[in-house]
Amino acid sequence: MHFFFEVLIGGLLAGVMYSLVALGFVLIFKASGVFNFAQGAMVLFAALTFVSLEERGLPRWAALLATLAVMVLLALVIERVVLRPLVNQPAISLLMATIGLTFCIEGLAQGAWGSVVKGLDLGIPDNTFEVQGVLISQFDLFAATVAGLLVGVLALFFQYTRVGRALRAVADDHQAALSVGIPLQYIWAVVWAVAGAVALVAGLLWGSRLGVQFALSVIALKALPVIILGGFTSIAGAIVGGLIIGATEKLAEVYLGPILGGGIENWFPYVFALLFLLVRPEGLFGEKRIERV
Amino acid sequence: MFYREAGQFRTSYHADQRIFPIRQDRLAMGALLLVAFVGVPLFGNEYLFSALLIPWLILSLATLGLNILTGYAGQLSLGTAGFMAVGGFAAFNFQLRTPQIPLLVNFILSGLCAAAVGTAFGLPSLRIKGLYLAVATLASQFFIEWLFTRFGWFSDHSSSGVITAQKMVIAGIGVDTPVRRYVFVLSIVSVLALAAKNLVRSRAGRAWMAVRDMDVAAEVIGIPMLRTKLSAFAVSSFYCGVAGALWVFAYLGSVEPQAFDLDRSFQILTMVIIGGMGSVLGSFLGAGFIILLPLLLQSTMQRVFGNALRPGLEPNIEQFVFGALIIFFLIVEPLGLARLWSVAKEKLRLWPFPH
Repeated sequence: MHFFFEVLIGGLLAGVMYSLVALGFVLIFKASGVFNFAQGAMVLFAALTFVSLEERGLPRWAALLATLAVMVLLALVIERVVLRPLVNQPAISLLMATIGLTFCIEGLAQGAWGSVVKGLDLGIPDNTFEVQGVLISQFDLFAATVAGLLVGVLALFFQYTRVGRALRAVADDHQAALSVGIPLQYIWAVVWAVAGAVALVAGLLWGSRLGVQFALSVIALKALPVIILGGFTSIAGAIVGGLIIGATEKLAEVYLGPILGGGIENWFPYVFALLFLLVRPEGLFGEKRIERV
Repeated sequence: MFYREAGQFRTSYHADQRIFPIRQDRLAMGALLLVAFVGVPLFGNEYLFSALLIPWLILSLATLGLNILTGYAGQLSLGTAGFMAVGGFAAFNFQLRTPQIPLLVNFILSGLCAAAVGTAFGLPSLRIKGLYLAVATLASQFFIEWLFTRFGWFSDHSSSGVITAQKMVIAGIGVDTPVRRYVFVLSIVSVLALAAKNLVRSRAGRAWMAVRDMDVAAEVIGIPMLRTKLSAFAVSSFYCGVAGALWVFAYLGSVEPQAFDLDRSFQILTMVIIGGMGSVLGSFLGAGFIILLPLLLQSTMQRVFGNALRPGLEPNIEQFVFGALIIFFLIVEPLGLARLWSVAKEKLRLWPFPH
């Protein structure tokens, strides 16, 4: 039983990392209806920029601020160059545009900073300690705390600030928001900037775990089953979905893996999310859409 | 002036329902096929066949498959490469275990295997749609890749899962030189493209388009959802499976499962979008564009920068430009190259008069 809990907790903590990437997807989807495939590339871009700036001798806080500025700039450029001309296009065109964007950002990131694997040390020791016989990684716990803080800040931002309220209005209904005078383009720029900041946090945590490298943008794909499980439009769904995917993935690897031949982590989350969708097509917290002819 | 249909009257149903109702189109198509089957094999060189024409034709076939599913039936899929892998590995295994089966029958069987797998993974489309379905199809992509890597049986227990295609022999003639492989691929692709062109005009094709345009409305007017959606998945995967078999046997020769990874799926989806959704011609144009683009970019960069670029930078610039072009295309011509072609044809009909 101890072993079970250890795997479960390890999985939950790993799930937090997926949630962080999924959060970026959900923010953008809510506000603009764009399924942002480039979120993974943004994670890579943010982490790579931070590490490279630090390597060039900037102090940590300056590098952090500079990277944040770069992410905001990136958001503004994306809104102006990609999103604005594509308003009112079908969802598949927008999806394709973000796939194009993925190539662009990856090319940009590696062209500017090189494609060597870079180490990133946040100064958090990766020790494990025991709670009632269950081993817990200190770093994972730190990551979970950061994710919790981030969600808290976002919740406050959405609830109590003027911009946050405007964001929620846009997420609810584009046209109604426009008609009460909320500037849609400004909102999109803000939400992409926020997603960029979330990508930075995710990039730093993932990067210090695995090294800052191209694989980061591939790992981010794991956020996809998380959001279809949680529902495309729910921040809570992203968190809960991430925890469920993380936990089931690790449990499946440990208990089902030996039967099926191992390495099932790659596809299990997708199949799990798929099976779940068969029961509940709109995900855990998604909105139920009523269709009329 | 030359592209004018004046004087061509359709006096029978047969004439009205031809694929190419305009005489100039028929002549152009005939000329094109003549050049492709006779002219190119006579005058082409090995580089042209092996590096350009064969991959172009095979990827066009896969693009056509995805276009049937996404462009005609409206079901977005990101698992195309997985279905290609099924076709490729099935063809290898049929050839290995039952060598008495003729090659063409083998390819058809491989296509059917892919169709069966595609239908199974198409089942969720009955419950979920749109972007949810797109993510769900990723499951097939990762699962199939894992299956072929993990279980040695599929690759005849070769180390690292690489399969090497057997020699292709049809009716005693070995398909071994680039020219023969080219003609072989061209024949299969031509036949399947003709079939697709007819299929999308048939009852099945019209049902797909009705489902694409609005599935609730389609169901209300009595189109069976189950049969329509699953048949789209089956036909699409059949095309992808045959393309996968050709990819292994006629193009690469030896293949590892990673040749059919997610990037390949994206590549084919890009071809569909750039070429034009819901267009058979567009599948060929899109595939050609995406294959030629990197080559053009490389040679252009070589000419502009020479060797002044820091090594390793070039592929990144290439990737950047590639992504930028996709976005550019979506903004400027969301209906793809096929649309540009039909606009050009409209213009030609009137030229040199303004109306």
